[in-house]
Amino acid sequence: MINLTIDRKQVQVESGTTVLEAARSMGVNIPTLCYLKNINKIGACRMCLVEVKGARGLQTSCTTPCTEGMEVTTNNTAVRAARKLVLELLLSDHNMECPTCVRAGNCELLQLSQEHGVSGIRYEGEKHAAHCDCDSPSLSIDSSKCVLCQRCVAVCREVQGVSAISLVGRGFESAVTPFWKTSIDAAACALCGQCTLVCPTGALTEKDDTEKVWAALMDPTKHVIVQTAPATRVAIGEMFGMPHGAIATGQMVAAIRSLGFDRVFDTNFSADLTIMEEASELVSRLQNGGPLPLITSCSPGWVKYAEHFFPDQLDHLSSCKSPQQMFGAIAKTYYAEKQGIDPKDIVSVSIMPCTAKKFEAARDEMNASGYQDVDYVLTTRELGRMIKQAGLNLAKLRPEEYDVPLGIGTGAGQIFGTTGGVMEAAMRTAAAWLGGTDMPRLTFQEVRGEVAGIREATVVINGNVFFLAIANGLAAAGRIMEKIKAGDTRYHFVEIMGCPGGCIGGGGQPIPSEGPDALEEVRLARIKSMYAIDEAQTIRRSHENPAIQELYREFLGAPLSHKSHELLHTHYHGRGPAGVRKAAAASGVKK
Amino acid sequence: MSCNCCKGMITEDPRFAELDAFIASAKSTPGSLISVLHKAQHLFGFLPEEVLQHIAAGLQIPPAEVYGVVTFYNYFSTEPVGRFPISVCMGTACYVQGADRVLAKIESELGIKTGQVTDDGLFSLVSCRCVGACGLAPVITIGGEVHGKLTEHDVPKLLAEIRQQAIADGLVEAPVQEPVAAGSDK
Repeated sequence: MINLTIDRKQVQVESGTTVLEAARSMGVNIPTLCYLKNINKIGACRMCLVEVKGARGLQTSCTTPCTEGMEVTTNNTAVRAARKLVLELLLSDHNMECPTCVRAGNCELLQLSQEHGVSGIRYEGEKHAAHCDCDSPSLSIDSSKCVLCQRCVAVCREVQGVSAISLVGRGFESAVTPFWKTSIDAAACALCGQCTLVCPTGALTEKDDTEKVWAALMDPTKHVIVQTAPATRVAIGEMFGMPHGAIATGQMVAAIRSLGFDRVFDTNFSADLTIMEEASELVSRLQNGGPLPLITSCSPGWVKYAEHFFPDQLDHLSSCKSPQQMFGAIAKTYYAEKQGIDPKDIVSVSIMPCTAKKFEAARDEMNASGYQDVDYVLTTRELGRMIKQAGLNLAKLRPEEYDVPLGIGTGAGQIFGTTGGVMEAAMRTAAAWLGGTDMPRLTFQEVRGEVAGIREATVVINGNVFFLAIANGLAAAGRIMEKIKAGDTRYHFVEIMGCPGGCIGGGGQPIPSEGPDALEEVRLARIKSMYAIDEAQTIRRSHENPAIQELYREFLGAPLSHKSHELLHTHYHGRGPAGVRKAAAASGVKK
Repeated sequence: MSCNCCKGMITEDPRFAELDAFIASAKSTPGSLISVLHKAQHLFGFLPEEVLQHIAAGLQIPPAEVYGVVTFYNYFSTEPVGRFPISVCMGTACYVQGADRVLAKIESELGIKTGQVTDDGLFSLVSCRCVGACGLAPVITIGGEVHGKLTEHDVPKLLAEIRQQAIADGLVEAPVQEPVAAGSDK
């Protein structure tokens, strides 16, 4: 242990602790723009400057390890002046269109400027012109709002193992861009949006589609329906002052209905449908010697990643479309037919925790109904903004129910939004189908978990042994794919979700007001709520969903039927540019 | 993303084989990217998109990271360079001896700015920091050859000689406009 004083108070910390971490542990919140706990400690933003007795000049506390007897001052005239200077210099070349910026409400640069009393900017000089890379359906990058903190670069490299972007150039010419300064749309990027969760400003954001949805809602000739992904209901409340992970299902439904949607449906319904098809696909591959392991394909960021990085392994991916796309295909066929509505008049909107879902909806393959199956995808954040625009306080709304029949989902569908959830949902149905007991297992604790990375489990159902693996985050996905590519054939079924913690940690989820260091805690709270919703459900197995049973009876026939294949299954293809994974020896978290 | 910068530069190009051999020998050494980039620039004259992708795949370093390194160092060029790349030293010693005037004269003689290549592909121009020949200040290098103690008045003759030799060697066609002649400078 190391003893030091911070602001004249004694503190004892583990060896290796930085001054920043020590200060924060005792309630002294040294400001940062580039620091990311366990991910980025590079001293780039210069906001965390402190005075260390005996040291020449001010020190960046995020890169300075505590030493025995150290005397640190985090707040004096020199420190305050230096931090204010840093902010003024950053602002002198910042595109200050704050009132029209989506991050105005939770911009870290804006917040720090106000906290530090920046009342004017003494410096005038060359400024970067506004430049938006808006080619991608998922992400917008405005380099004129970038402070070069490199959190996005670090998350993309360390958490996701993608390294689609890098700090390019030097000096005034520096910018965060993909290889060869292409658009992010032309890069080997999964469009997962994890970068948007850590960007301190509005430089990296989701592509905003709210105006298109408003236009559809205001068009009386359109029948506008919406589906809400499982993970959205445990996160949307955060934008309205509710605690992290607050379950706001009923309030969210009420708010969406107030916005003017004709029907409010649930992606939990089509998650159950996915289980019917995917569990059948697993059984079929096991019986007919299809490619194993079967790997889930619900996460469009993961699918795009696989298409860039593992184009020769795509036959492992389940041919099942994601719940979003199954819903879209069913809505414009079965539902349209059942309601007597011409599918051309249906506008199908989805609310997703995900930026990559926007890309997925726009894929060429996704028009099984004869139309684009899902017209618009809004992230949880965009929905929150629309609710605010409509003057609704979500937290105070009286809860309402989803519409039938596409609003009926089970607990199994609900847990799709968390790492291990698709696997558990599949195992619940498999346990019932493979029989052996009157009371088939309902919970599979062994596939649950919270820590980013890879989990392995063995599940035995009536003598059938399943070797399972679950990966969350694309860095973990890459590691497990390397094993599979190298011929590791132990696994039968592998669940991969592109974001840490699964969809609850998706790149389209609300950004914690405490800053990105709260993300881990926020993810845990959301995961807890996902299982709480499941446990409160009466029906917790996908095949017992009465609306799904009716859908098969009235329309699809059986899982993997001709019609199912036509509407609910898809294919994947290698995608350029080829992704290059960092060699194992060269990777690892930069300390 | 298609590669437009190096049409015809296919991987059958023997220079790729040489690069691959170098990558294979360097791969196990941590931090070998810089030396591989040096080798590639030496082989190709500059670092086109396809070459960088090739290096990224070979060293298993994501292309964006390779590109970040390339664009950080002034020495590496992603643009084609002339047959005779000119590098004007702007180090302190050269600068005080009038390197800025030499640079300006080269720019006006060739009709290009720093970072550009002449239309005939003969010359390209960059400025650099200290070539380590301060005793000869001001110094420029042309195609790797050092020319010291220059004044702006020496520039036209020097360039004209190289161009005339290049024309004689059939490297370029004789220019349409009046060739730059020594003494045209007042």
